[in-house]
Amino acid sequence: MARVRLGSPAREQAVSVAVATGAYGVSFGALSVAAGLDIWQTMALSLLVFTGGSQFAFIGVFGAGGAPIAAVLTSTFLGVRNGFYGVALAPVLRPIGGPRKVWASQVTIDESTAVALAQPHDDVPARREGFWWAGVGVFITWNAFTIAGAALGSALGDPARWGLDAAAAAAFLALLWPRLAPRRARVVAAVSGVVALALTPVLPAGMPILAAAVVAVVAGWRGPRSGEAVPE
Amino acid sequence: MTTYAWTWIAILAAAALAWGIKYAGHSVPESWLENPRVHRIAGYITVAMLAALFAVQAFTTRGELVLDSRLAAVGVAVLLLWRKAPFWLVVLAAAVTAAALRWAGLP
Repeated sequence: MARVRLGSPAREQAVSVAVATGAYGVSFGALSVAAGLDIWQTMALSLLVFTGGSQFAFIGVFGAGGAPIAAVLTSTFLGVRNGFYGVALAPVLRPIGGPRKVWASQVTIDESTAVALAQPHDDVPARREGFWWAGVGVFITWNAFTIAGAALGSALGDPARWGLDAAAAAAFLALLWPRLAPRRARVVAAVSGVVALALTPVLPAGMPILAAAVVAVVAGWRGPRSGEAVPE
Repeated sequence: MTTYAWTWIAILAAAALAWGIKYAGHSVPESWLENPRVHRIAGYITVAMLAALFAVQAFTTRGELVLDSRLAAVGVAVLLLWRKAPFWLVVLAAAVTAAALRWAGLP
């Protein structure tokens, strides 16, 4: 990854992450248009929902012909982890309130949390700097690249001809991949995939994906054996 | 109401819920979410949903199970992820693989 010199490790990491993450906003923009959303709706998803997994989920369910409510629920379940990020970040950002808290909430995502918490535990100013630079940085690049991707997607025409259906599958796999380190996470992933496929011919589009949430509840109900990590 | 209007409503609802969850996270006392069971389930929900989305996107078309050029594209994606390739390359390589196979006449 490109090295940048901005005066602090937190800023350098944040900018590198923003550039790398923004680049896959191109795939989101293109795939959203391929799924049947227009460029304004695509931009609204990136500006307002602003959490990659949920956005990909929304267009995945929508593109498969799922009901709007299924798209909203799938997107929301995937955003639950951001709530836990907020809890972890609260001690870093405290005291905070008003418009600043509204904006901090919007940019609370995988990347801003990761950069913030990667800074030394006792260096709260560095953690805060990492959070804001990564959060605002990704917000800027993600939205800019979404527009570029949507324009590209509109110009391409038939999505399957360009392999965009396969690209969407690869995008979900790439989001999933880093979360598969714990053994039980791999089992949960495999069972969820099989459950969703088995239910696809019998349930309306989108519902088989929501059904996979039940697998997560069953897996998380009982604690893992000691020493086994739980995915974030 | 038209499908187009419903889509907009769905986008705004998804946005309000996504932001609401983030804001709630910043607002609740830490002790509320210290329950390890809640933590575990939240972690597995992300894995379960992404796996289900992947499976449905890769192996179904309009409610039917289908094996086509996407299978080879997924194979390429797995290889690249295993070799720690960046996200954009994984997605691009999958698209190119499927597009090339379809150009050659495969489904």
